[in-house]
Amino acid sequence: MILAFVEHTGGTPTEPSLEALTLARELAADTASRLDAVVFGAEGAATADHLGTYGVETVHHADDERLDTYAPEAWAESVGQLVDTEGPEAVVAPGTDRGQEVLAHVGAKRDLPVVSNCLDVEAGETYELARQRWGGSLVEHAVLDSETKLLTAAEHEFSPSEADTVTAPTVRPFTLELDESDFRVSVDRVEESDTTGVALGEARVVVGGGRGVGGPDDYDKLETLADRLGGTVGASRAAVNEGWRPHEDQIGQTGAKISPDLYIACGISGAVQHMVGCKGADNILAINTDPEAAIMQKADYAVVGDLHEVVPELNAALGKEP
Amino acid sequence: MDTLACIKRVPDTGAKITLTDDDQHIDASNLGFTISPHEECAVEAAIQQAEAHEGTATVLSLGPPDAEEQLRTGLAMTADEAVLLETEGEEWRPRETATAIADAVRDDADANLGFDLLLFGDESADAGNHQVGVRVAEALDVPFVGGVSHLDVEDGTVVAKRDVTGGMEVYELDLPAAVGVKEGVNEPRYASMRAKMQARKQSIQRSDPPSSEFAGGIEKLRLEAPDTGEGDAEVLGEGVEAVQAVADLLENELEVT
Ligand SMILES: Cc1cc2nc3c(=O)[nH]c(=O)nc-3n(C[C@H](O)[C@H](O)[C@H](O)COP(=O)(O)OP(=O)(O)OC[C@H]3O[C@@H](n4cnc5c(N)ncnc54)[C@H](O)[C@@H]3O)c2cc1C
Ligand SMILES: Nc1ncnc2c1ncn2[C@@H]1O[C@H](COP(=O)(O)O)[C@@H](O)[C@H]1O
Repeated sequence: MILAFVEHTGGTPTEPSLEALTLARELAADTASRLDAVVFGAEGAATADHLGTYGVETVHHADDERLDTYAPEAWAESVGQLVDTEGPEAVVAPGTDRGQEVLAHVGAKRDLPVVSNCLDVEAGETYELARQRWGGSLVEHAVLDSETKLLTAAEHEFSPSEADTVTAPTVRPFTLELDESDFRVSVDRVEESDTTGVALGEARVVVGGGRGVGGPDDYDKLETLADRLGGTVGASRAAVNEGWRPHEDQIGQTGAKISPDLYIACGISGAVQHMVGCKGADNILAINTDPEAAIMQKADYAVVGDLHEVVPELNAALGKEP
Repeated sequence: MDTLACIKRVPDTGAKITLTDDDQHIDASNLGFTISPHEECAVEAAIQQAEAHEGTATVLSLGPPDAEEQLRTGLAMTADEAVLLETEGEEWRPRETATAIADAVRDDADANLGFDLLLFGDESADAGNHQVGVRVAEALDVPFVGGVSHLDVEDGTVVAKRDVTGGMEVYELDLPAAVGVKEGVNEPRYASMRAKMQARKQSIQRSDPPSSEFAGGIEKLRLEAPDTGEGDAEVLGEGVEAVQAVADLLENELEVT
């Protein structure tokens, strides 16, 4: 059996979970085995219909009210106990904060290796797989030899695809032996944030500014351009380190991953750690004084020039009604 | 309160990653070295918490002798002690790394762990396993939260927050505890010239951790730099003369106006 760890909101599986399920189903097909899922939370059982369209046969629902709130060690111990009793060949989780964290705990508790951020897996006696390194700028090919294979699926790398034959999964509540100490880490409360404006990750147009912008005030030009295009402003790490923009604006390996229709990179050199954050952009336009800058090979379109001249002029051109 | 930050030496790759001929490693012959930005924040948090709660901050790295450079950067940021678990430069997997770190922390123990708060990066820059912090915490039987973007310690309790859609989830952990922090949790200080000079003279505790052998596991075959479809960009023009072409592109071709 292949076991998928599924996160959901109010009974609807999350997108990264559907991506992980897609990988899990491929593995089930490769090994001619059954696909099961494990879910937590009061509304976990409500995922069954949706999971049926992905070919899941049994939905294992953790039957303990204390598990309704996320508690990484208790969730991991539950998955561990399911591994003990059901003996899945592999457990596949989404490459999210929770997915990674729970699987790492399972690995630690059962002394098993974990392979995170998988891109491609071929199941055989051992598993031959490809995984992301350097936030996605490099791929590692490796072989995994382990009694139970613990894998997470890299986010945004699998397109969720439904099964050819829809199943009607059985929901099986499973009981656990958990200690009070398993609950020493759990979500105490959730603080809601009043975010305004377009989130970087969801914007259709992003105007990024790097060290070439030269100072905090010059971002005004970029803000105007972003406004004209209904988008939002982002930054490189160099600009954030200078204190010109908050870290929330940072795009890249240790910042936000964006996937807009258009990314306009102004005064950004094109370091791999920056580009890995914007590789999801459909089009990249670079504005840079240096025709040799690395971004000139990575962008689709380029303007060789000073952003302080080009951007205001562009704002003026876009501002004119036809 | 004594704190520990774990850091990993990695090549500082620029605009292009070049692999060695056997595709086993990044060709670092022309590169400098650094640590993950997440780990810079772990060091800063270790120093801040030690300062606020009257204790010491220690930086620890498992890596080649040259990882001394990254430890000295930590000392220059005003960490009090540095520990190097010396390897021969080969790659250690998360299980082995965590076992060695946990053993080192345990060895240090007088009454309890020797440290009240262990800080990790959310993920290492090169391997991105998302595991070492969790595995160390499990080995030492202390609570762990990763992906932390806000961190406070009040009256023996760690308050750690993690971003989720629409807000932040809040965790409260009793000390001793471990956390994995993300860049943005604080602003790492710059080391002064004087601190850098001083750090050069400070001593570093060294030990050779036994390379633990695990049955089975993961074996690297090779690395690959994915084809990013790089080519030359279509140059729309130079300076302000390009503006009309850009406006046309945005309005007519990409239709984003
Ligand atoms: C582990 C790790 C993680 C990292 N994570 C990130 C990350 O998440 N995000 C990130 O961005 N970086 C990240 N970095 C840093 C990254 O390697 C680069 O240092 C950084 O992206 C450089 O920023 P920049 O392009 O703004 O600056 P620079 O490299 O200094 O480039 C500035 C560019 O501006 C151009 N320019 C100057 N003046 C003008 C002008 N007037 N008009 C037009 N162009 C001009 C120059 O020609 C140059 O190309 C990370 C590094 C490491 C080691
Ligand atoms: N070799 C190492 N030496 C010291 N700390 C490490 C090492 N490898 C990983 N870590 C720590 O564990 C975190 C998570 O690493 P990883 O599990 O590889 O993503 C890193 O950000 C570091 O804080």
